[in-house]
Amino acid sequence: MTDLLYSEEEEALRAAVRDLLTDHCAPADVLARGESGTPFDRALWKSLAEGIGLAGLLVPEEQGGQGATHREAAVVLEELGRAVAPLPYLTSAVVATEALLACDDRELLARLASGRTIGVLAVGLATAPGAGVRTVRAENGTLSGELTGIADAAVADVLLVPADDGGLYAVTADAVTVTPQVSLDLTRPLATVTLTGATGRRVGDFGPAVERALRAAAGLLASEQLGVADWALTETVRYLKERRQFNRPVGGFQALKHRLAQLWLEVVNLRAAARAAADALASGEDTDLSVAVAQAYAAPVAVHATEEAVQLHGGIGMTWEHPAHLYLKRAKADSIAYGTAGAHRTALAGLTGLQAP
Amino acid sequence: MTDAAELRRRTRELLAQHPPASTDRLDFLRARFDAGLAWVHYPEGLGGLGAPRSLQGVVDAELEAAGAPDNDPRRIGIGLGMAAPTILKYGTEEQKRQYLRPLWTGEEVWCQLFSEPGAGSDLAALGTRAVREGDHWVVNGQKVWTSSAHVARWAILIARTDPDVPKHRGITYFVCDMTDPGVEVRPLRQITGEAEFNEVFLTGVRIPDSRRLGEVGDGWRVAQTTLNNERVAIGGMALPREGGMIGPVARTWRERPDLRTHDLHQRLLKLWVEAEVSRLTAERLRQQLTVGQPGPEGAGMKLAFARLNQEISGLEVELLGEEGLLYDDWTMRRPELVDFTGRDAGYRYLRSKGNSIEGGTSEVLLNIVAERVLGLPTEPRTDKDVAWKDLAR
Repeated sequence: MTDLLYSEEEEALRAAVRDLLTDHCAPADVLARGESGTPFDRALWKSLAEGIGLAGLLVPEEQGGQGATHREAAVVLEELGRAVAPLPYLTSAVVATEALLACDDRELLARLASGRTIGVLAVGLATAPGAGVRTVRAENGTLSGELTGIADAAVADVLLVPADDGGLYAVTADAVTVTPQVSLDLTRPLATVTLTGATGRRVGDFGPAVERALRAAAGLLASEQLGVADWALTETVRYLKERRQFNRPVGGFQALKHRLAQLWLEVVNLRAAARAAADALASGEDTDLSVAVAQAYAAPVAVHATEEAVQLHGGIGMTWEHPAHLYLKRAKADSIAYGTAGAHRTALAGLTGLQAP
Repeated sequence: MTDAAELRRRTRELLAQHPPASTDRLDFLRARFDAGLAWVHYPEGLGGLGAPRSLQGVVDAELEAAGAPDNDPRRIGIGLGMAAPTILKYGTEEQKRQYLRPLWTGEEVWCQLFSEPGAGSDLAALGTRAVREGDHWVVNGQKVWTSSAHVARWAILIARTDPDVPKHRGITYFVCDMTDPGVEVRPLRQITGEAEFNEVFLTGVRIPDSRRLGEVGDGWRVAQTTLNNERVAIGGMALPREGGMIGPVARTWRERPDLRTHDLHQRLLKLWVEAEVSRLTAERLRQQLTVGQPGPEGAGMKLAFARLNQEISGLEVELLGEEGLLYDDWTMRRPELVDFTGRDAGYRYLRSKGNSIEGGTSEVLLNIVAERVLGLPTEPRTDKDVAWKDLAR
């Protein structure tokens, strides 16, 4: 039976992550970093990944990790989403780590699990599980080509690059050229990765590795989207209790109350869907369907919640100074990341036998 | 502490003493009640053992495996879901002993005399009057939207006992005998063609004071127990995947490729996802209740259930195309059971329109979520400190 609740240990983990982010990742900090062009906070990453030891949650203890499951990683992602934290947790500790778990490079896996090395799978952020993957050319023992839309590539120490010989290659960052792209989401920037006769070490076949990585990514992204949506709802409710117009708190007007109640219901549903996906990834049962359901539901909710946050904050919600736009941009980017809701519905048509005409 | 092993032992003992194959159905149900295996979370002597509610499944599974009869819960939903929790919380010992056993066995059907033509969403404005005469109350008024009134032995009734105080404070809660000569039940035909509901006219109905539940003037508070249980009963059912209204339309889709269009496909998949997510939310709520952490999710479940039923059944009628132009039967019938999925798509479409009205309209429930869950300010109230008799009507 799918366990949809949070255990006491999971709640303790949440509290630890939230405390850290409250102290070191306030919206004003995130905004200031985003504008500086270097959103990544290496000290914060060190505290989270090495200090609390969260980079290795998905890696078994005998391979240098924490031996936890996707359920715990999902709780971390909820909190990172709630803080719209510009950290490569999803990309390194989930996606690249899952890819390596399908390969055979224990040394690199252990380095990622320790948090001291940041790894990034060089597959475009928009790629859905099961979709085709762009590759580089493998010729004479070197790799050449250009890959775009690679999230967090700018902070990666190692890139996992799929090549046209079917291999997945570990390539160190100093062997490639990373060119930042101006990204909609300021807190998860994309980059183009160019390889010109780069040398890499083949760690396995990219097919099963990418498939596994993208499925976990899509499933756990729902928890990040839950965190984003929950922030938007909570912050908007808080503001509307305070904000007065017409000599009343704006939150007392029924038109707005009904919109917020509706949004609450969507967030409650998203929590159940995200927990189901995390639990299915952890147990390996009913995984494809649970992940597709969560992703088909999560993106519209996170986008709706953040759009409502901007609208219901009124004028202040449209300003650069207010953090609502950081969440809106993350939610909108997340709605494309690892497959749109529509792509996941198409997958569901096959999984449920509800075939297209 | 009654644990699963102990419940299993007691259930097997019941089955040994009253073998279902050779025991009269009603005798078996009475014996089950007396053994404390009816609703295990109820107190001893009242059909339960004071055990955790989550262990009911242990008993039910054993009994089902042994082919034991059940109490046909769908026929007595109002009694089980609404009257019983209220009697348990507010009834005297004598009332509990008198009402709960035949209620649970289904010997006595219950109905609910709450809504009135002039008091729907604003239920507390109700005008049915109960006036004290010695050790009796004399009741006059009209109730409406009363399921099962035509088969009920008893009703839970709220009536105005003090018109001189603000509306919430002058209400008292009673158990009304539906065989009283002053009770007249008339079928109320609905948009589905059938009369699942009734109007109930109360003319000089005499209710002994011993059938009052809770204190005089405290009926509104007592009624909250009934209404909260009603919404949980309506929205919180555990279902398998495709167990709700999405089931029939998904089956039709699979079996009838000739009906498929791209537009309907996209809409069907969206609704399928929403139905599955709602099912997971209901399951999550159930898991919270099992570990004793009831969440506020229950308030939202009925909202989601109503909207989904309406959208899914609407899609189903459209999917059927030419067949969707037909309706199975407009004959006025008086069903004993409410069965949302028992008839065709057109019936489901029309019947589900009631889902956002019965048990609290969706608009009222959104207010409840906004105010009680999110803590947003209440509507400005013009009737709060005004005596009921002075309210505009």
